[in-house]
Amino acid sequence: MEGKTEGKKGARILVVDDEKQIRRLLKVSLTEHGYEVEDASCGGEGLKEALTYKPDLVLLDLGLPDMDGLEVVRRLREWSKVPVIILSVREAEDEKIAALDAGADDYVTKPFGMGELLARIRAALRHAAGAGTEPVMAFDDLVIDVAHRRVTVKGQEVKLTPTEYELIKNLAAYAGKVLTPRQLLRAVWGPAAENETHYLRVYVGQLRRKIESDPSRPRHIITEPGVGYRLL
Amino acid sequence: MPKDERRADPDALLAGLGPEKEHGRLTVFLGAAAGVGKTYAMLEAAQERLAEGWDLVVGWVETHGRPETEALLAGLPAIPPRTLSYRGREFQEMDLDAVLARHPALVLVDELAHSNIPGSRHLKRYQDVEEILAAGINVYTTLNIQHLETLNDVVAQITGVKVRETVPDRILESAYQIQLVDIPPEELLQRLKEGKVYVPGQAAYALRKFFRPGNISALREMALRYTARRVDRQVENYMRLHGIAGPWPSGERVMVCISASPFSAQLIRTARRLAEGLQAEWLAVNVEAPRRSPTSEAAKDALSRNKRLAEELGAEVVTLAGDDVADELLALARARNVSQIIIGKPLHSKYWEILHGSVVDKIIRRSQGINVHVIPGKVGKEAGRDLKGPAPRQGVGAVPAVSLIPHLAAVVLTGVVTLMAAVLAPVLGLVNIAIIYVLPVVFSAIRWGTGPAVTAAVVGLLTFDFFFVPPVLTFTVNDWRYLFSCAIFLIVAFLTGSLSGRFRFQVESFRQREHRTAALYALSRDMAAVSDLQSVLESVTRKVAETVSGRVTALVPDKSGQLHQAAADPPGFALEEDERAVGAWAFEHGEAAGRGTGTLDGAEGLYLPMRTAKGVHGVLGVRPDATDRALPPEQRRLLEAFAGLAALAVSRIQLAEQARDAQLLAQSEHLRIALFNSLSHDLRTPLASIIGSVSGLLEDEKVYSETARRDLLQAVLQEARRMHRFLNNLLDMARLESGMLKLNKEWCDIQDIIGVAVSRMGDPLTARPVKIDVEPGLPLVKADYVLIEQVLINCLDNALKYSEPGSRIRISARRRGDRLEMAVADRGIQIPPEDLDRIFDKFYRLHSPRQVSGTGLGLAICKGIIEAHGGTIEAANDPAGGVVIKFSLPLSSDAPELVPVADEAAANPRGSQPDAGSGESWQGNEGGEHGG
Repeated sequence: MEGKTEGKKGARILVVDDEKQIRRLLKVSLTEHGYEVEDASCGGEGLKEALTYKPDLVLLDLGLPDMDGLEVVRRLREWSKVPVIILSVREAEDEKIAALDAGADDYVTKPFGMGELLARIRAALRHAAGAGTEPVMAFDDLVIDVAHRRVTVKGQEVKLTPTEYELIKNLAAYAGKVLTPRQLLRAVWGPAAENETHYLRVYVGQLRRKIESDPSRPRHIITEPGVGYRLL
Repeated sequence: MPKDERRADPDALLAGLGPEKEHGRLTVFLGAAAGVGKTYAMLEAAQERLAEGWDLVVGWVETHGRPETEALLAGLPAIPPRTLSYRGREFQEMDLDAVLARHPALVLVDELAHSNIPGSRHLKRYQDVEEILAAGINVYTTLNIQHLETLNDVVAQITGVKVRETVPDRILESAYQIQLVDIPPEELLQRLKEGKVYVPGQAAYALRKFFRPGNISALREMALRYTARRVDRQVENYMRLHGIAGPWPSGERVMVCISASPFSAQLIRTARRLAEGLQAEWLAVNVEAPRRSPTSEAAKDALSRNKRLAEELGAEVVTLAGDDVADELLALARARNVSQIIIGKPLHSKYWEILHGSVVDKIIRRSQGINVHVIPGKVGKEAGRDLKGPAPRQGVGAVPAVSLIPHLAAVVLTGVVTLMAAVLAPVLGLVNIAIIYVLPVVFSAIRWGTGPAVTAAVVGLLTFDFFFVPPVLTFTVNDWRYLFSCAIFLIVAFLTGSLSGRFRFQVESFRQREHRTAALYALSRDMAAVSDLQSVLESVTRKVAETVSGRVTALVPDKSGQLHQAAADPPGFALEEDERAVGAWAFEHGEAAGRGTGTLDGAEGLYLPMRTAKGVHGVLGVRPDATDRALPPEQRRLLEAFAGLAALAVSRIQLAEQARDAQLLAQSEHLRIALFNSLSHDLRTPLASIIGSVSGLLEDEKVYSETARRDLLQAVLQEARRMHRFLNNLLDMARLESGMLKLNKEWCDIQDIIGVAVSRMGDPLTARPVKIDVEPGLPLVKADYVLIEQVLINCLDNALKYSEPGSRIRISARRRGDRLEMAVADRGIQIPPEDLDRIFDKFYRLHSPRQVSGTGLGLAICKGIIEAHGGTIEAANDPAGGVVIKFSLPLSSDAPELVPVADEAAANPRGSQPDAGSGESWQGNEGGEHGG
């Protein structure tokens, strides 16, 4: 019953999914990885459990029988800051974005690999614990020194425009977590620009040319098609 | 049930015979000619009967020394023939008395048509057979078709050989069974060559002449047809079903001669009955000859009604123009191989016939080889009078006979000629002056017709006599020779006059026909160009409105059978409720209704059904601007022709639609099967390995080594992913096809998409050398990010599948004018050029030496997505080897170029750095090549 990875031991996870097999899979796998797992089969039950069980993280399926997953996120956010990871199918990009904008922290597309899910859980738990505020953040060869506004790749300083810097700083602050275009545009260009997705495309392209060794195969700024970006 | 009834029929018939129950049954083995194997067939049947235990004897069989026939005969009990002497020679005949005395159940008597030697009891063998039958003995016999009495003449005509030995039809008709013995002509000729056909020495030459392929075919046909007619309905149906009884190559053809007479309808029906009985094609012919053609409009109407009737009953309607009705009819009959002519018994007076000759007589006299049926008319007095309507002389020429003006003109013309002649008289002499007088006659004939020509002739003659023939200025004639000249002059004048008159008439009728044809041609040309119902109806209404100057509408039934106005000219023209009801009546009854028709005559418009043999397809409604209640019949006929043409076009379109539906159905059926195969293969195969691996792992955990376990689990994962891909493809395809696909267009960086696609492909792709080649400075493209990524993934997947492991894959993107062009190239096997387009078809799979698993949907999805974006996709073989799949997306002209910098003041207290000048660390974007 001991976790095999460094996952935060004893973290309590609430799984809300109407599919019994998925609940079973998650319960078995996550317990094996050292988490405490409780499950609920519908939105109403999930919200009740969230209140009584007080989980550290919620895995929430968007397609629930009794209420929209988005609704669950909204109600949860009325009183709780618990990290929420959305489980969703491929075609539902709009729903994912809506849920993320409504306050969900991340998402995983079904069918998902266990490794991917665990990475998301760790990232979300880390952020919830107040990570991302360190003055220096390292992503392999990419180092972002917030205190000195310096970005280096393989030790070489990369000259960034202020906009590029703002962009990478925001991505780094939520490293490992997906950020929707709206969230990024708001943070970098201000609330008035939150629909101008092409700003983001242009600047992400520019950033990649500066920090990625092969901009056609980015390793740091990852695009989540139809949803947003993630810095790894 | 009906089957049983039919089967019971002969028995019931026999049972009904009662006292004649004792009568023997005759079975005839019927053949087309000697040598087809009748005797052989009869003996074979006899052997079978013998084996069944029948008491049978051979009364008379001629084997002609054929060994096969003799072998069959050997086992059969026979009654020895009787020997008769005639003119000092010995002849053998069947011993009739011995047969009757022996009284077997069945007796075989060969050659039914044989003539007995004088001194026998009967002259003919069939009489012997009749006696045997009467004694209650069954008989098997053989007969060639040419010996049948009624066919005898026909046979003689076809073959040129007169057959003297004949058998009355009643014998064959009363036969219990006819067995047709038939071999192909080629085989018969072959047998003849091999000497297998009995040919008596003296007649050898004649008979050889007889055995020509044409003759044999004709005889064979006759035998077949006779049998076909004779045998029961079941056989007939069978033959009809199998096309044997269909129109034979030299089959019958019936021709019926029709005119404006109401009696023609009766002829048409008779012809149809005859044609049906003979299963023959039939023609209905009308000859437009000057003297006999209908001139009154009522008669023209009647004629077109008759033509329509014939058409509706399935005849081919032919209209001929010519002077001599009989000649024209016979010429057509010969040209079309007509075998039966049906013509009405004339209702003309004897006097008329003496004057103009009888068409019927002429036809009968010259109808060599063609049967002529003269049908007496059964019309009342009124109809009879109506028939005489097209009276011979009346109204030849279009100018009404009552008008005096042409006659006056003819007189004036003669006067002018007289003046001229008076001036020239001294120079010309009397003979030439006489010739000058022919001029006004011919001119009047051409210009005004026969009547004025006659006037010109008479007036001319009188003037000539009065002014020029001595004694001048009197009508008296000195020289009797002038009387002769005058007579000749009159005859010439009359002849020219009537000739030119006739000519005029023909020109007139040609002109009318030409006008009609031109209008119909224009319409049919218009309609041939369109292929949907709406356009056809619009074209018809427009054309009709042009022709009759009025308002026109087309009514067709909708799906529920309710008539609605499908087209109108002028477009806004809508029918009132009661007018529509008149149209509905015309539609239901398939007859014209409304204005000037006698049915619902009070209506404003005329409603003509659009009718074909298949039924009524709609109604053409015409409301002429003219105030006249009745439409001129000529115009009415034209309208009816329009309606007929429209009906044809409508039914053509309906047929085309049916054909299209059927094709679509077939196509979707094909797809359904392909999908079914794909589903069963692409879902089952991965499931099989998943279930196999997992159950193995669960049941015998200890058996597997750590590596083996890992292998199995890897397989499970891989197969599950494959199913996932397949499912995604199916869903994408379904969304594309159902039109549910909604493009979520946003500004996309194509390099970004390539990056995502490549990383999504994962291990299989990273194990390959991949070259990514993106042109620097590409603008953003407005597209659905996720779908374009899917396109790239499908293209890459395809490239991986159809090329060798380790071979290179190249992805490129560049700008081409106002399009962004992307390509995925592999070094795999090339596609046959003819299949380059087909690879984008659903479920198309390239035949590959490598075992390729796939759905056959990937590229079809790509095509659907790219086309939804307004782009194009194509495949090409790279001359250097491999296949390139290229697709392009339109670049919009309003692509955003300038992007504002971030809220610098807030973000960067050190002040802003010009965005454009930030390129010092720009590394370009040449793609790296990554070894595998």
